Amino acid sequence: MFVSYKWLQQYVDLTGITAKELADRITKAGIEVESVEVRNKGIQGVVIGHVLEREQHPNADKLSKCLVDIGEGEPVQIICGAPNVAKGQKVAVAKVGAVLPGNFKIKRAKLRGEESNGMICSLQELGVESKLVPKEYADGIFVFPSDAPVGADALELLYLDDEVLELGLTPNRADCLSMIGVAYEVAAILGRSVKLPAIELHENNESVHDYISVRVDAPEDNPLYAGRIVKNVKIGPSPLWMQARLMAAGIRPHNNVVDITNYILLEYGQPLHAFDYDRLGSKEIVVRRAKAGETIETLDDVERTLTEDHLVITNGKEPVALAGVMGGANSEVCDETVNVFIEAAYFNGATIRQAVKDHGLRSESSTRFEKGIDPARTKEALDRAAALMAEYASGEVVGGVVEVNTLTKKEVVVTITLDRINRVLGTTITKEEVGGILTNLQFTFTEDNGTFTIAVPSRRRDIAIEEDIIEEVARLYGYDHLPATLPIGEAKPGKLTPYQAKRRHVRRYLEDAGLFQAITYSLTNEAKATMFALETAQPIRLALPMSEERSVLRQSLVPHLLEAASYNRARQVENVALYEIGSVYLANGENELPNEKERLAGVLTGVWHVHLWQGEKKAVDFYVVKGILDGLFALLGLENRIEYKQAKREHLHPGRTAEILLDHKTIGFVGQLHPNVQKQFDLKETYVFELDLEALLKAEVADIRYTAIPRFPSITRDIALVVDEHIVAGELQKAIIAAGGELLKDVSIFDVYKGDRLPDGKKSLAFSLRYYDPERTLTDEEVTNVHEQVIKAVEQQFGATLRG
Amino acid sequence: MKERLQQLQQEALEKIEQANDLKALNDVRVAYLGKKSPITEVLRGMGALSPEERPIMGALVNDVREAIQRALEAKQATLEQEEVEKKLASEAIDVTLPGRPIRRGNHHPLTRVIEEIEDLFIGMGYTIAEGPEVEQDYYNFEALNLPKGHPARDMQDSFYITEEILLRTHTSPVQARTMEKHEGRGPVKIICPGKVYRRDNDDATHSHQFTQIEGLVVDENVRMSDLKGTLREFARKMFGEDRDIRFRPSFFPFTEPSVEVDVSCANCGGHGCNVCKGTGWIEILGAGMVHPNVLEMAGFDSKKYTGFAFGMGPERIAMLKYGIDDIRHFYQNDIRFLQQFNRV
Ligand SMILES: [Zn+2]
Repeated sequence: MFVSYKWLQQYVDLTGITAKELADRITKAGIEVESVEVRNKGIQGVVIGHVLEREQHPNADKLSKCLVDIGEGEPVQIICGAPNVAKGQKVAVAKVGAVLPGNFKIKRAKLRGEESNGMICSLQELGVESKLVPKEYADGIFVFPSDAPVGADALELLYLDDEVLELGLTPNRADCLSMIGVAYEVAAILGRSVKLPAIELHENNESVHDYISVRVDAPEDNPLYAGRIVKNVKIGPSPLWMQARLMAAGIRPHNNVVDITNYILLEYGQPLHAFDYDRLGSKEIVVRRAKAGETIETLDDVERTLTEDHLVITNGKEPVALAGVMGGANSEVCDETVNVFIEAAYFNGATIRQAVKDHGLRSESSTRFEKGIDPARTKEALDRAAALMAEYASGEVVGGVVEVNTLTKKEVVVTITLDRINRVLGTTITKEEVGGILTNLQFTFTEDNGTFTIAVPSRRRDIAIEEDIIEEVARLYGYDHLPATLPIGEAKPGKLTPYQAKRRHVRRYLEDAGLFQAITYSLTNEAKATMFALETAQPIRLALPMSEERSVLRQSLVPHLLEAASYNRARQVENVALYEIGSVYLANGENELPNEKERLAGVLTGVWHVHLWQGEKKAVDFYVVKGILDGLFALLGLENRIEYKQAKREHLHPGRTAEILLDHKTIGFVGQLHPNVQKQFDLKETYVFELDLEALLKAEVADIRYTAIPRFPSITRDIALVVDEHIVAGELQKAIIAAGGELLKDVSIFDVYKGDRLPDGKKSLAFSLRYYDPERTLTDEEVTNVHEQVIKAVEQQFGATLRG
Repeated sequence: MKERLQQLQQEALEKIEQANDLKALNDVRVAYLGKKSPITEVLRGMGALSPEERPIMGALVNDVREAIQRALEAKQATLEQEEVEKKLASEAIDVTLPGRPIRRGNHHPLTRVIEEIEDLFIGMGYTIAEGPEVEQDYYNFEALNLPKGHPARDMQDSFYITEEILLRTHTSPVQARTMEKHEGRGPVKIICPGKVYRRDNDDATHSHQFTQIEGLVVDENVRMSDLKGTLREFARKMFGEDRDIRFRPSFFPFTEPSVEVDVSCANCGGHGCNVCKGTGWIEILGAGMVHPNVLEMAGFDSKKYTGFAFGMGPERIAMLKYGIDDIRHFYQNDIRFLQQFNRV
């Protein structure tokens, strides 16, 4: 909402308060003033001039030579390039020495040999936006009414000496979509009174009912419809002050009748529509829902096809307006209009919103209906419009109003105690202060022993409950006066849940292990949605995506981590180690929420460790990643319940991929990217993993229990086993542990060999076994006994032989 | 004989002094204290002395031996020390060569900000509540006093999946769900961090996915002044002890009264600069007293219970705190960006 400071003074006394100060006060009280526009963009010395003579410039076809009275001594000669300049006009003249926007100084000049003492200005040259300039003056100079006083300040007449406050209105404050509404707000803030416009309406002896009747078939959509007839209007320009105010508010002037409806819309917040009565095509108005497929050509010359969702004003046969949004071309007021039917109605916001949405048409009118208008002011606005048409369009107001009114009038009364206000706010406001605030708001109320009974005026549709009153009191009392306290109730310690605490440990571990935390988008494209997913489900697609790339919810974190790695690689960051903790989304039935599962995933590529001057350089390989994961499982106390199984998974290297099992259930995978996928993402050798974080963090783990520090020496024996190539180390190790029993405490692999010194198809694995008994020192014989059992076991189970 | 002994002592001490390694020193030891040393010979010759002279001479021999022994030990210590120093000197390294690097990653800056805020409120007795990112329309809007048809819930602004299911547009549904679980009994004191989604085009200041942290306190006798005190505490811990806050009236459907909360600019101390656009204040939070409709829908008696709620954007806080100029950085995961947050 644009509020002209100069116009606002008509309704509330602003003496002693500048526009800037007013803006600050309004903002502090709750409506944000987004800007204060000074309309004068540096103009000086522009006055009203009277064009006494106009003749063709002797040397230039497109120029006129004018003699202009500017109210200072002799008339001056001015050369003017505007096509519409004519003898007798009152125009804006930038005198010699004047300054126009952009610090453009006007000097005495010779144009094609003729002297020019100043410049006749268009509105654009005075800084008015082209879209606000009345159409007839769009390509030329602006012509002032003939009564404009010669020599007067043109800026003042055009309201260009004004400042405009732009209010950023929250949806609850639709009452401030009108000058009068803003006046009430400003009056409440300043503690001043509101002066409403005086309406002097003179009706003739005729009855409106002889001209028109109204029927509303959709009372839900249109609880109030009122109208008046104004006869014998003379279409012409509206008064200059009205045009100036409309332009200040951002509305382009058209003609007196249309301008008056717009002016009332701004003044009262009540949208009006003026029909050409003689072009209505009947003597009745019927308001109804449109029929499916019915059409209307609106004022913007667009043919629109309607549905049953839309409300139309009809002449009993066909639509003459799309209710609350835009009038029809067939009944539009034009230069030839003589008799006018003015519509003032109250339409349901939701109905209007639907039409706005379906037709992509938002207007000053529809915005107000959508947000809700004050029906108590509808007929007052209608009367004021009729009075103005009589005054400024020489019209004759026909007696009476046609009206269909099914509004159920309910007065809002709120009762609240002083105690409740102070208890909710934590303040010690007195009942006198509360009374003062309510008075300034011009709410009528009674007060009895600290209990306020407040009748809420209909313009404040946002106020209905105690909290609304508390808010009014708080904002006008001033939040700066609110004390700062801390909640009193019982104080319980706050803490993380075990899950949240473990998740933080996981993050820190991975970061200390060398990975950076990434956060990627949850929305992806259909192809990537299921790639790498541990579990797949029907893709969950947005109803109205903004792009195909962000249209489906992800089922794995890996694809976007690969994109991040790729993004880095494209920027010469070759060594990437990222992890992410985030949700994947697995569909359930329609209209059921999906399963959201928290996953942990990572991507590693490039050099892992480099310390060149001591000869160390290690690229990321499978075992680097596995080592990190092993550390993670140990951190969570799960190392003995985890298994890696050689696996084949889509998009991964068939020989370098493991499924990870927790308590024999698959909870994730780790592997090298398949070369095809590597290429797709423009990466080099890359490893990825994804784990079911919830399974890991929710697994029951016993608390730490101290065990005695070893007091007796342990005995270590090494064995090198030759086995068939396909036998995996993990299986051998498992068998060794099983056969070693109680005394075998540690098994570690210290050598893997494959090559010339062994037969084809064989490999050797060397294990170091540590035996220990917490109760006593073991004898060599005891260890030898167990050790031989171990060897026998692997011989029997794997055909292993001891390597010489 | 006495002269002989004194001469031997003199000789031995000189040789000890001259010995410049442990072997030479040991040769001196053998020569003067060994079985074949002249001092031992002197001892052997004691039999020829009178019984009166014998003890005197014996004591003298012992004195000489002890003097030599002491000198030997002292020299030995000196030589050993020199030996160690020589070895150490030969082991010297260039300490300016780089150490073996420890590879270390770090939190994403948003996590850094979120954890800091979480910890701060945990310290004030809050717990952390989490909820689904794909939400029912009911919890995302209706339970928050945004009934169907409310202008603030345009299809165009939210990612709907079906008419009833959408990607949450704020973390407030977690508040609604948590309150519901409390079955009308306070106190509720929670912080809800999480990802949220809006139908925006990604640019320097907008992101279709971003994070939010909201807080909620519901109890008997919760006052708006408590909200002010709590947020002032938060602002001071987060942005510096000399920060102040101010409330500006605003509107949110789920709170009433509603306020926007500004923190005095840490960059200029409130005098006005380009960070705060000359106002001295920076908008950080939206907040207010929980709307009675929201309390009632979640099963709380709004006559008995009151509450406050607040919400903020970790992206915005991180951008202010670290001077980040483009919201897209948070989601590109450029290592050169991420690793800037690698220290305390
Ligand atoms: Zn500043």
